[in-house]
Amino acid sequence: MSARDNILQRLRAAPQGKAPLAPDVPAFYAAVSAARPPSTRAARIDLFCEKMAFWHGEVVRVTDANWPQKLREICTAKGVRSLLYGEPSAHAEALKSAGISGLKAYDRPLGEWKKALFEDTDAGLTSTRGGIAETGTLIVWPDANEPRLMSLVPPIHFALLDADQLHDTLFDAMQAQRWSDGMPTNALLVSGPSKTADIQVTLAYGAHGPKELVVLLLVNEEEVQ
Amino acid sequence: MNTQPLDFVPASEFKQRASGAVADAHLRKSFRGAMDFLISKRAAQFPDPVALENQRSLAEHIRKYSLARLPELLEQLERKLTDNGVKVHWAENAEEACAIIVGIAQRHSTKLMVKGKSMVSEEVELNHAMAAAGIDALESDMGEYIVQLDGEKPSHIIMPAIHKTKQQIARLFADKVPGAAYTESVDELIGIGRAVLREKFMSAEVGLSGVNFAVAETGTLCLVENEGNGRMCTTVPEVHIAITGIEKVVEKLEHVPPLFGLLTRSATGQAITTYFNMISGPRKPGEKDGPGEMHLVLVDNGRTQAYGDEQLRSTLQCIRCGACMNHCPVYTRIGGHAYGTTYPGPIGEIISPHMLGLNATHVLPTASSLCGACGEVCPVRIPIPELLVRLREEAQHDARPGHAPLRGQGAAKSRLVDAVWSGWAALYTRPAFYRAFGWLATRFRALTPPMQGGWTVSRTPMKPAARTLHELMAERKKH
Repeated sequence: MSARDNILQRLRAAPQGKAPLAPDVPAFYAAVSAARPPSTRAARIDLFCEKMAFWHGEVVRVTDANWPQKLREICTAKGVRSLLYGEPSAHAEALKSAGISGLKAYDRPLGEWKKALFEDTDAGLTSTRGGIAETGTLIVWPDANEPRLMSLVPPIHFALLDADQLHDTLFDAMQAQRWSDGMPTNALLVSGPSKTADIQVTLAYGAHGPKELVVLLLVNEEEVQ
Repeated sequence: MNTQPLDFVPASEFKQRASGAVADAHLRKSFRGAMDFLISKRAAQFPDPVALENQRSLAEHIRKYSLARLPELLEQLERKLTDNGVKVHWAENAEEACAIIVGIAQRHSTKLMVKGKSMVSEEVELNHAMAAAGIDALESDMGEYIVQLDGEKPSHIIMPAIHKTKQQIARLFADKVPGAAYTESVDELIGIGRAVLREKFMSAEVGLSGVNFAVAETGTLCLVENEGNGRMCTTVPEVHIAITGIEKVVEKLEHVPPLFGLLTRSATGQAITTYFNMISGPRKPGEKDGPGEMHLVLVDNGRTQAYGDEQLRSTLQCIRCGACMNHCPVYTRIGGHAYGTTYPGPIGEIISPHMLGLNATHVLPTASSLCGACGEVCPVRIPIPELLVRLREEAQHDARPGHAPLRGQGAAKSRLVDAVWSGWAALYTRPAFYRAFGWLATRFRALTPPMQGGWTVSRTPMKPAARTLHELMAERKKH
């Protein structure tokens, strides 16, 4: 008998009382949101910004038209010499026409340029699949064009987030985006830059991942403050 | 790094180590301060007690439901992961788990394995097995890196280096990290660790991680972390090996948010961690990073023993938040190392007997005042105090009729204790004897010994009153 068979056999041999009913998670969250004031776009944006700031993430409100220019200004201000981006991606063309210097496409398998990625890349720009207002969280789904490490290895992570894709809770996001229909090889929730409190419970940013997280929040003209 | 086997201190010497720890003023201050901090951070996350109880009810329900269907869910998880391209392994005990992982590492002729935080890998003593095979197993969580560098074990499951001051860490880095200057700046210390470990992430062929939740319906492994080292370990090396206990599986993705929300709030008082890493397979053709090969090792190591008993099964509801130890008056005073087991504190006292047997661990369930704090804060409502009492009982008696004996059943049986109890029972159930005993004890109270074993180590001796309660009450009725 294999270890697998032995383990399963022991589990199956255990006494079982009345089987519990399946937990009704949707009903739980429905009750929670019913007890809150109705969710509005403006409230979601404000809450997201507040929570993201709490995690030490910067949020810059931008529009479809001006985000590449804004990004260029931020890159200049932060002294970013090289910016990693994914190609092809929805925003690659806009990015290229903005005249940002040091643009670098993640266009090869990691093994071919690991050292340069780790040691010679200042920032990475990724899209996001949405955000979660309650916790100030980005939903990042890496793929072939925007690989996993873009949001991890460079010291600064820029993330484009469409305010239309802000959800109240993680559960809402999962349901609305139908995650259970199929998950990518890697999906991430990101709430702020990497951090640790392992030395004397003192918080320090930039533990192993990005030291800074800048969210470019795409909003309508009138929502830009 | 230290590749020497760490000193594993058997739990049987618990009392000695606990006395040592209690006498260490600096250690007590470290733990008291850190635990107070974590307690207040957690409390701030749950301002509404009714809402908290609702969340706990749901989380408990999800865990009980998952455990009731455990064998099916494990099979479903295995099927899904296999479809996703992940190789699933099963290990009945620590040796098997280590052999599987060493075997994978050897097939890739790796010299270095980077590790994200995994308590199960500590539990099976994986680092020893890797060292014995000539492979460096490097911890990359900052706290774990620090304790490994100093040849120690974690003292807390969430904050492994909580027992160390920044001055001690500064000295450790200056002594052990080549080129590191002495600095007490926490940012600079973290910077040193970051630089050293980034080199290692780049060069390691194998990365190891734990698992917080394994989702059966999609074949997804979820990892909770703040630092990003878990993402490094599971993304940069060509091979990713995840190791987990068989109890971590849930049926659906929708079961994750309630558990995840309670886990981070209970553990460190955070509404969410920086990263929640959901991994469902190795990189697909065309993807440019991520491991090319992925494994999951499902470990039993005594869990099926707990599962075999309907009361003890609730031990497996645990999501490893550490709130029970943060709130434990015993843990706060003696720290994590005194327990001598991978999992310290109340959860360690109820899970270790299944992993190591009652022979080695029967003293642990007695390291509790049964104040109930652990059970009150447990996000999945494990009745920890009841389980402690049950395990004390199992350690002192034969198995209950109709129950299979636990490993080490009856290990703490003592003829003396049994005799004292039967003597007491004989006395207590016979009024005449009991009156006579009371009369003797009160009249000859001057003969009470001044040294009364463990009691008088830090307390004044016990002495019977001048008259029994019976006599005093009779006296009172007269007037």
